[in-house]
Amino acid sequence: MNTLEMKQIVAEAMAQIAPEADLNSVPGGANLRETLDIDSFDFLNLLIELGKRLKIEIPEADYGRLGTLDSLAVYLAERAQT
Amino acid sequence: MAEYRMPSLGADMTKGKLLEWRVKPGDTVKRGDIIALIETDKADIEAEVYETGVVEELVAKAGEELPVGALMARIGGVETARPPRIHASPLARRMAEKLGVDLARVKGSGPGGEIQAKDIEPAAPQPVGAEEAGLRMRRAIAAAMSRSNREIPHYYLETRISMARAMDWLARENAKRPLAGRLLPVVLLIKAVAKALVDVPDLNAYWIDGRAQRQDSIHVGFAISLRQGGLVIPAIQDADLKTPDELMAVLRDLIPRARAGNLRGAEVTSGTITLTSLGELGVDAVYGVIYPPQVALVGFGRIGEHVWAENGMIGARPAVIATLAGDHRATDGHRGAQFLDAVDRHLQEPDKL
Repeated sequence: MNTLEMKQIVAEAMAQIAPEADLNSVPGGANLRETLDIDSFDFLNLLIELGKRLKIEIPEADYGRLGTLDSLAVYLAERAQT
Repeated sequence: MAEYRMPSLGADMTKGKLLEWRVKPGDTVKRGDIIALIETDKADIEAEVYETGVVEELVAKAGEELPVGALMARIGGVETARPPRIHASPLARRMAEKLGVDLARVKGSGPGGEIQAKDIEPAAPQPVGAEEAGLRMRRAIAAAMSRSNREIPHYYLETRISMARAMDWLARENAKRPLAGRLLPVVLLIKAVAKALVDVPDLNAYWIDGRAQRQDSIHVGFAISLRQGGLVIPAIQDADLKTPDELMAVLRDLIPRARAGNLRGAEVTSGTITLTSLGELGVDAVYGVIYPPQVALVGFGRIGEHVWAENGMIGARPAVIATLAGDHRATDGHRGAQFLDAVDRHLQEPDKL
């Protein structure tokens, strides 16, 4: 899957975790959590949901790569391939 | 005729004080309207009426303290007559029940005026608007915080706590766990606070009737902010007896329900202390306003890298600024200092949390 498709999956997962947060309003390079006012609890839930949908594990050590929508999509595309 | 009685606004509520009526005789009220402001041991609560009718007589007087169940008002014109027979399809009845629609008010479009499923949805009551719900919450916060500021002489203490051991421990634990089993740093803070209250129980108390009354159980009220504004503070029951995993499970249950507005009354009124963690937004420290009748509030800022001097050497390590707002009627700064010291101590032994 390419990063565009990954963004779609992130949007779907996000809609489930925080329906009132509008992912379309977030520029790809903006800090995801700050822009959407997502706390660490919601963020963990988002990762759990993504892990479930894509059947991947996301080690905590990789959290640093998940700051923006763009970087998250790239990371997920890589993980889903391996 | 219906009688309005002192409601039970929490499992342990035995009496309440009528602060003010929000209605007067002759007013029409409907189920769900706010009829009175009632002071309980835990908070000032806007009480709802359960009938639709006309207020005939206000029996209780503002300022009066009444046991749960005591007669407060009489409401007349309550419909008790048997409603006329309604023709509705079984599906329509099920939908009406699910959506809270009164079939008597629905005009049927089927043969002979039978109410059909498609007639139900347009008749469904609109949920309380977000604006109205937000306004109610603001009023409740305003009442509690104004009372706190008016009555409680706050003292403030702060200390910087090294989180190096706690974060190391957490990273090791989380590396072993699948995503769904991971812990957030805040559960360690909650547990450390609960254990510190075991050491310094004076801060786990209510100020009632002019004296501090220690509480046997430690229920940590955890402040959860809502994205649309406002906050709710559900209590984590017996936090001192729960493992970090159990605390995480409680948060998983509480936070979504808090955001959806589905907390039960006793959950928001049973806290014996409040913990607020505002570090996610990058603030260094938070100086809170105590939630009466509690006598203390603990605040945590961001867990971040701090310059740290130790043994004559300067280094960097994760740390957090913990603050305590204490009720000076109930405790003095010395006791507060002992408490923050205990929080620090427990966070240095994360494997025992």
